[in-house]
Amino acid sequence: MSGYVITILTQIVIQAIVVCGLNVIVGYAGQISLGHAAFFGIGAYSAALLTTQAGLSFWTALPLVLLICAVCGLLLGLPSLRLKEDFLAITTIGINFIVQAMFLYVPFFGGALGISGIPRISMFGEPLRGAHFLYLCLACLAVVASLCWLFTRMFAGLACFALREEESAASSMGISPVRFKLLAFMLGTMIAGLGGSLYAHYMRFVSADDFSFPLSIAFLAMLVVGGMGTLLGPIIGALILGALPEVFRPLADFRILFYALILLLMIRFQPGGILGESSLIRKRLLPQFLGGQK
Amino acid sequence: MGANMQLLIEQILNGLAMGSIYAIITLGLALVYGVMRILHVAHASVYTVGAYAGVFIFQTTGSLALAFLGSMLLCAILGVLIERLVYFPLLKHPPYVPLIASIAVMLTIEEVLRLLAGPQILTFTAKLPFPDVNLGGIHLSSTLIAIYVITIAILLFLWWLTTKTEIGLAMRATSQDMAIAGAQGINSHYIVSLTFVIGSAIAAIGGILVGIYYNQVYPTMGAVPAYKTLALIVVGGMGSVPGAVIAALLLGLAETLLIGYLNVPFPRDALAFVAMIGVLVWRSEGLMGSK
Repeated sequence: MSGYVITILTQIVIQAIVVCGLNVIVGYAGQISLGHAAFFGIGAYSAALLTTQAGLSFWTALPLVLLICAVCGLLLGLPSLRLKEDFLAITTIGINFIVQAMFLYVPFFGGALGISGIPRISMFGEPLRGAHFLYLCLACLAVVASLCWLFTRMFAGLACFALREEESAASSMGISPVRFKLLAFMLGTMIAGLGGSLYAHYMRFVSADDFSFPLSIAFLAMLVVGGMGTLLGPIIGALILGALPEVFRPLADFRILFYALILLLMIRFQPGGILGESSLIRKRLLPQFLGGQK
Repeated sequence: MGANMQLLIEQILNGLAMGSIYAIITLGLALVYGVMRILHVAHASVYTVGAYAGVFIFQTTGSLALAFLGSMLLCAILGVLIERLVYFPLLKHPPYVPLIASIAVMLTIEEVLRLLAGPQILTFTAKLPFPDVNLGGIHLSSTLIAIYVITIAILLFLWWLTTKTEIGLAMRATSQDMAIAGAQGINSHYIVSLTFVIGSAIAAIGGILVGIYYNQVYPTMGAVPAYKTLALIVVGGMGSVPGAVIAALLLGLAETLLIGYLNVPFPRDALAFVAMIGVLVWRSEGLMGSK
């Protein structure tokens, strides 16, 4: 693999991890979040501060990063208890703008200069670079995907599905919306924090502009294109939307236009995503693999 | 009158102009949310198209009236196209689907504008046909007067339309319940399209006014208003037009006074969202909304 391919793949895998986290919140628990880049950023800034200021290594900082993200997810998940759909969507947009503004204006977070000099991750006494870093990211993605799979098989996951489908019915069956919505938020933001931590050590520099609102849109678009609430959807969505700008590179100036148009056509004609219910792939291709089902 | 006092009054007047412009853009969004329950983020790109159309028509014909009319017509058509081709077919899906579609429409329009007109900032040097006013040392430029007068005219027109005409009655019925309104013989899809025509034409006026006020027009000028206006319709009460207008005026004043006059070290563009979260905690239905 050339360095170019490794760079693109590493970015795609990190984004796939973050989108898996978003899938837990949006796909499994049905709580719209348009501010996921904020949690990605909180993870990245925590990792950056803990390794540059407190002198921890990636591995010793990681549990703390996850803890910080879980607490932030818990706090910022609280609005979801009171707000529904559109209100929640706009509130999460607001959270994204406010968190980004804090990174930019509070001197503790490095202000406009960001935080630089983040060390590489070392493993077996060797600093990871290039393909080896990609393998670490892939391993993290595998862990995250298995966790998500496990979550869908656990009572907590089933409770989230029930809340997503019909909150009043589910809560009348004794499923606490408070507990399971917050659980989904915490799990989703912890996964975003893991992605953010990997990102910080990969770029070795973070600044507020890296976690702006358009990135949240990109994450949600990946999830929607791949298929919300499915296990592989986030990964496929990240792969497709992450690779599109590179595939369209020969189009030079027109590539963002094509990216936007493809996103528009996807959401207009396949709103359930590539792997979602009632998608073409589900209808046409899977029955042949699964046998007699329609 | 002290120089400080004079500065304060000028800042208040500027803040009101800022708020009026926010109000003009937010109006369309509140109208659309009212009838369709869709967060029409792409409304801000309709407003950008309005500014561009205004600049080009003004530069080719030299007539400001033609610029306003042509730009309003173009934006009305664009708004209806977005509604018919993108939003209406997606109405039965969960609300995030049209929201993402709207963001994709906004990106597409921004890119088309960038490719057609170039990424550079165009200047929009025009003199609106309003007098400059000098009140005891306080100077009101013709642009400021124009913004006040046009905003008041738009508000009066909308008030008249929604409360005194049959179309307004049909609009209110559609916004309460589209299906029941349809059962009463109202062609609700026509009403929805009409709402887009009105909202988009008003956005075109807003685009031209902003272009002249700041003397600049560029492809991403809609990016910040796109999200700020979302916060404004929440603060105003979802779908409530008077609430959205009040919220917009307050935000314009607050931004200008807190950051421009008192120099509070606070990010200007995050203020709307902080206010929004405050309002949601205090009164979750918004200033003028109903539960």
